[in-house]
Amino acid sequence: MADKIIYAVYDDPEQLKSAARKLITAGVRVKDVFSPFPIHGLDPIIGLKRTRIGIASFMFGITGTALASLGTWYFMIKDWPMDIGGKPNWTWYHNLPAFVPVLFEFTVFCAAHGMAITYLIRNKTLPFMPARNPDPRSTDDKFIMELRTSDNHGHSAEAIASLLRGTAVQEINERQC
Amino acid sequence: MHSESSLREPLILGHRTYHDITVDLVTPIEEKAPRMWYILLTIAAIIAVYGVGCILYLFSKGIGTWGLNKTVDWAWDITNFVWWVGIGHAGTLISAVLLLFRQKWRMAVNRSAEAMTIFAVIMAAVFPMIHMGRIWMAYWVFPLPNQFGSLWVNFNSPLLWDVFAISTYFTVSLVFWYIGLIPDFATIRDKVVRPWQKTFYGILSFGWTGNAKAWQRFEEVSLVLAGLSTPLVFSVHSVVSFDFATSVIPGWHTTIFPPYFVSGAVFSGFAMVQTLLLVMRKTLKLEAYVTIKHIEYMNIIIIVTGSIVGVAYITELFISWYGGVEYESYAFINRATGPYWWSYAAMMTCNVISPQLFWVRSWRRNLMFTFFMSLVVNTGMWFERFVIIVTSLHRDYLPSSWTMFHPTWVDVGIFVGTIGIFFTLYLLFARFFPVLALNELKSILKTSGESYKNRTAHGHSAEHHH
Repeated sequence: MADKIIYAVYDDPEQLKSAARKLITAGVRVKDVFSPFPIHGLDPIIGLKRTRIGIASFMFGITGTALASLGTWYFMIKDWPMDIGGKPNWTWYHNLPAFVPVLFEFTVFCAAHGMAITYLIRNKTLPFMPARNPDPRSTDDKFIMELRTSDNHGHSAEAIASLLRGTAVQEINERQC
Repeated sequence: MHSESSLREPLILGHRTYHDITVDLVTPIEEKAPRMWYILLTIAAIIAVYGVGCILYLFSKGIGTWGLNKTVDWAWDITNFVWWVGIGHAGTLISAVLLLFRQKWRMAVNRSAEAMTIFAVIMAAVFPMIHMGRIWMAYWVFPLPNQFGSLWVNFNSPLLWDVFAISTYFTVSLVFWYIGLIPDFATIRDKVVRPWQKTFYGILSFGWTGNAKAWQRFEEVSLVLAGLSTPLVFSVHSVVSFDFATSVIPGWHTTIFPPYFVSGAVFSGFAMVQTLLLVMRKTLKLEAYVTIKHIEYMNIIIIVTGSIVGVAYITELFISWYGGVEYESYAFINRATGPYWWSYAAMMTCNVISPQLFWVRSWRRNLMFTFFMSLVVNTGMWFERFVIIVTSLHRDYLPSSWTMFHPTWVDVGIFVGTIGIFFTLYLLFARFFPVLALNELKSILKTSGESYKNRTAHGHSAEHHH
């Protein structure tokens, strides 16, 4: 039997959530969900782990702080120390208060842009990428659950469909893999 | 489902479904633009072209074409710079600070306010760049290796901090705005039928799918970017105020400047949001999304920030007397009673007295009055920067060099020109981009929508079966 993809279309995020809960209880794995806006509380139901993108942002941020510290030390202390208004640049430590704005701004700059680039790459949302949502209505008003028979060897496509019919589903569309 | 108190006014009016929100916001993009849009764009573009012409004239002749003199060597250019940067602050405050405070009403105004921020910061950046005189050397503000004996920029200078602050602020705001736009571009891509529009919005949407993991990351990125932008709101205008506060000019050398500038910035920014939003709401028929309550919320922010500004003005005056420094006292007496008394009076009237009128509930819910007040506040805030800059400079240490500042037609042309460029960019945004965060709005429809709050929505009872 060829593998099938089943798309279950819902009108409401809450209905989709209770349907997903029901399917998971019956031992069916939900492959993915496509929706026009984030469905709060869905991630633990379908077994999505929390994203680590916030940690990535923190790493980019401290890299920015380190680079800005190194830069201000090299430009202002090491390479060309200046005596401005009788306040010479002999040590980085003593000049630190004047460097705080730049350290802060560069930290934010690196954290924000590093995270934004990571986000775009991880989501595969990049210029000239084709649209990959299964149904154009999923960016408008439909909430679509994707189930694959290849993920659910214990259940036939018909069994999954009959489970779905017990929920508030609007349409069930099947497609060959 | 999360439900909201019935005492809170609904944020989306009428009987609307998810699909209605898509239709209401995508149809103006699909259809031919109204005649009014062409008229406004033509006017804005003519002013913009005139402004660009004045800037090119300035490049060819030099800064001497401005009205600057030996005493007043900083005037309209820096006034306009601070004015435009300040206007930008409302967008970031709405999208970042109000996100952290979970204010749902932000969703109807954040997109257009952020667009305003980006265009305002571009206009602001024009002024220091053209004031350099030789704009082709503008890259010298960055610490780049060079052949002048490894001469670096001065990291002890507030002017350099400003370079870092403004460039971080601009690029982070742009990225924050665009990341929010991607899902909405995908909605437009999947709705439009004309081939060029499908291709255009297809490219802009970066292939967005809206799957569960993408939305999870989207929410995390929005939250972290909001967290990063919040200190930016406060830092950018603080750094702008350091340009003055770290100098030794009486009237500038005050520690109150950072909070005073930040609240002034938010104050003027919200006024500009009102100016733009009231016109856009009417022409694009967004009355159901940008309600009187939204306007009222923003007017309340105008009262709060306007009052902070008022307290700052009075504190400054008090300290100039209490501090006992006669040069400082003179600077403030001269502001109020000297030859520039009229600009000080304009500033006090527009920024301190006029926002207090919003204490009257029916006035702050009146659209015409709000629109008028938004223009008054922006005029007042321009005068505030003019007062701080020109009146502090025009009385030098030597009475023999005391003078006045007279703007030339180039000063005026460039300032008016940036308003034209700003409105041109904003009109293009309003025509081709989703002007409200439509997918964010869908997420609050069933908690804050009118027909869901009063339980008249079709199929409302069906949702409570789970």
